[in-house]
Amino acid sequence: MSEMTNMSAFEIAESVNNQTVTATSVVEKSLALAEALNSKLNAFLAIDREGALRAAAKVDSIIASGGSPGRLAGVPIALKDNMCKVGLPTTCGSRILQGWIPPYDATVTKLLESEGAIIVGKTNLDEFAMGSSTENSAYGPTLNPVDLTRVPGGSSGGSASSVAAGIVPVALGSDTGGSIRQPASLCGVVGVKPTYGRVSRYGLVAFASSLDQIGPFSSSVMDSALTLEVIAGFDLKDSTSYDEQMGSLSAQKGLSVEGLRVGMVTEFVEGSDLEVVSALRDAANALTSLGADVVEISIPETKLGLSAYYLIAPAEASSNLARFDGVRFGLRVEGSNIEETNVLTRTKGFGAEVKRRIMLGTYALSSGYYDAYYAKAQQVRTLIKSGFERAYQQVDVLISPVSPTTAFKLGEKSLDPLAMYLSDVCTIPSNLAGHPAMSMPYALDSKGLPIGVQILAPALREDLMFRLAFALEGSSTGAPSLDDSIKEAINRG
Amino acid sequence: MANAETDLKDLGVRGESDFLPDGWELVCGLEVHTELKTKTKLFCGCANVFGAQANTNVCPTCLGLPGSLPVLNERALEIAAMIGLALSAKVQASIFHRKNYFYPDMPKDFQISQYDIPLNADGYLILPSGKRIGIERAHVEEDTGKITHLGGASGRIHGAERALIDYNRSGVPLVEIVSRPDIASPEEAREYVSELRSTLVAIGASDGKMEEGSLRVDANVSVRPIGETPFRTRCEIKNLNSLRSLVRAITFEAHRQVAAYLAGEKVTQQTRHWDESAGRTVALRNKEEAEDYRYFPEPDLVPLRPSEEWIEGLRSQLGELPKERRARLVESLGLTDTNDQIETAISVELYPFARSALAAGLDPKITVARCANELASLAPLDESFEISWFVELLRMETNGEVSATQAKSILAEVAKNLISPKAAQERLGFSQLTDDQLTKTINEAILQNPKEWERFRTGEAQLQGFFVGKIMKATSGKADGKAVVRILLATAEQR
Repeated sequence: MSEMTNMSAFEIAESVNNQTVTATSVVEKSLALAEALNSKLNAFLAIDREGALRAAAKVDSIIASGGSPGRLAGVPIALKDNMCKVGLPTTCGSRILQGWIPPYDATVTKLLESEGAIIVGKTNLDEFAMGSSTENSAYGPTLNPVDLTRVPGGSSGGSASSVAAGIVPVALGSDTGGSIRQPASLCGVVGVKPTYGRVSRYGLVAFASSLDQIGPFSSSVMDSALTLEVIAGFDLKDSTSYDEQMGSLSAQKGLSVEGLRVGMVTEFVEGSDLEVVSALRDAANALTSLGADVVEISIPETKLGLSAYYLIAPAEASSNLARFDGVRFGLRVEGSNIEETNVLTRTKGFGAEVKRRIMLGTYALSSGYYDAYYAKAQQVRTLIKSGFERAYQQVDVLISPVSPTTAFKLGEKSLDPLAMYLSDVCTIPSNLAGHPAMSMPYALDSKGLPIGVQILAPALREDLMFRLAFALEGSSTGAPSLDDSIKEAINRG
Repeated sequence: MANAETDLKDLGVRGESDFLPDGWELVCGLEVHTELKTKTKLFCGCANVFGAQANTNVCPTCLGLPGSLPVLNERALEIAAMIGLALSAKVQASIFHRKNYFYPDMPKDFQISQYDIPLNADGYLILPSGKRIGIERAHVEEDTGKITHLGGASGRIHGAERALIDYNRSGVPLVEIVSRPDIASPEEAREYVSELRSTLVAIGASDGKMEEGSLRVDANVSVRPIGETPFRTRCEIKNLNSLRSLVRAITFEAHRQVAAYLAGEKVTQQTRHWDESAGRTVALRNKEEAEDYRYFPEPDLVPLRPSEEWIEGLRSQLGELPKERRARLVESLGLTDTNDQIETAISVELYPFARSALAAGLDPKITVARCANELASLAPLDESFEISWFVELLRMETNGEVSATQAKSILAEVAKNLISPKAAQERLGFSQLTDDQLTKTINEAILQNPKEWERFRTGEAQLQGFFVGKIMKATSGKADGKAVVRILLATAEQR
């Protein structure tokens, strides 16, 4: 395995900027690895060799002419395939969008490229980001590079898998109910869901608009900090984006956590596996030894999160996904009239989980049921928010498990939607509250599978969250060993 | 039901309030959609223009492409609030909702609209007749694209071979103004739409062009026996593209419903289509089959919280509304009621002329007459036609520098060549005759018509016209009639 692909984004940008390596050589290695591993992992739905090398050459020529290509110069980055980049297909892991090439860039794409980052490809996901295992992709499941018999989590499984396998130092995912944090935890990488509104959603194909948020995956805390600093910020094209400045995240590295009040959320601990809880306690102890004040704290409202989420998210999805009707883009199955074309196209184009949620959401919004379901769920959402607010009067940040279990076997939960939904029980409340939260790889279970610790912070306090993550990174033993066949493939490459 | 659908021409009605059979009355409310005159669309930066080549003013947002997001056009919101203020409505904190339904002219398959909390609520419009029509709400929403059906019978949906969609109109800002069921006659409906239209045009909200679809009207019609309090079943009539259609459709529909009740039938709640050529409404769909729009708050937009300051700023931009213009002219003319001339003179194009002339202290009667007759006949006026020219001309006419006839000719010349009235006067050779010149001409006329002069001098006043005519003929109309009369009378006194 090449040294270069093990370099962090921070190191790559520094080396490219001071001309110790070229962007082209870095990107070439990343592409070669992506191509070599994809038959095993199915992490990428598209690998843009030509476009990536062209962009890398441009970065190198800027450097050669004495210019500065930016903070992410030459850093290969993968985008979850629900974010738009001109010229590359965006499928959302769905048959219904097969062949659709967006004519515009997502704001995150523009921001990354404006800092010299190179988009090497688009990663696999549960169809329209609905799922917790990446088994719901119309293009086949992505595998966990730590153990190929297991899922990488989801819905951003492709992004988590590609970072864990060392193909790219950074990938973007989207998190509606845990879709960044849960796969990050299952693959042993860092995954961040910023405050709702921190990162523009323009160009992210919507699943549930009031919950969706884009965030980074990386191997190191610093790389996520660096990436989030680039993609965060107010965007005129997203009315729900914050115009409040985010403080430096990378500057949090090395800052003391002494005196920081940390709450361990009782409700999230209760349903989790013993080994997961044990890893969390280790993290708590590590924080205590660093001078933080760790206490147990109860937020009973969070128990209602899952039920509220499975009304709100499907309701918004049922509306967001209406446009996939066979009229303007993607799949079209011709019927004898427009209604029939709509029905045939959607019947063929959507997978089972997407249909299940569209039906759930349509029902929840129907007249006569709205008050009992959607309106009630919104009230619960307010309750959860106030529950967090109460907790944050007592503590500065919260910690909890990310996922109640470590990576499960392919097929283990795919026939039991409820069991699958429970994977997100610890992550969903942050989306409902709009608060930032991240997954930090901390330990391995007895099978060598990664266990993440979740760090939760009040709205707009990513700085505190990262301070804690940097502090925990030192005592983390969560870096997993990759599956033998992946190691072998890397070595051959 | 068919036997109840009497032909309109058999009804012999003129749209007045007693147009229904004895003992029945109309209950009607109107929904008026107006496109707002903004530079760009409601949620994106695409141009809002009529008549561009199909699908040229489009972007990811108004095409509903995956990943696109709406961003509210601030100017559209301002205009929408001004409509509320012009209708004496409460401009309030509000939110957007999604109205979900599948139709190919709606690229997202939902429309961003307002639902239970509209921007403007609870206003009214006072008609020229003095009748007050309540306004329930005036809310903001986006327009749909436009579908053209090709092939098949006559461009109609049924039997069409294919449909073309133009998304240029998709996302154009609309305000839907919903009246209360206060309209009691087809004529009142016409008056309401006409006054509403003038108001929208006056505040610069809309160009008011019904024929281009920038003003669209749906009518909710029901009837009931006079004295009955509860409302009976209503039908919603669509496709009312002109004031004439509006009056005819309401008239037809009210009669159809009365006939149904008289025949012992029921009226079903329906959406009905006005067929202009057949002169009748036809059922489109029953309300029971109506879609469930699954309204819910639009998560991609933030709530609107208009401040008092913002509202007052807009109020100060309203200018004079038609009702205020009307009141001003009625008062200036010493009348108690409006008339056709006043209604013409308060139009958006003519009123600035009338307003300036009155402000300059000119005669209201001449001002309103010149506006409503001569100026109106020259419309549309060129943009560089200066209001001061009109004021100057009226002043010349009032001072007797030119005759009324000359004034009219000068006005036409001014409009045609866009020159000042003085320049036009010169170009037309209407240089003012002096009193000496007039006296000379009058003396010649006296010499040529001694008998008539003698009769006039000794008291036959009706011969004044005879001499004025002679002088006008002799001066090719250049003489000022008033001056002629003055000198004639003075001469008669002297002799």
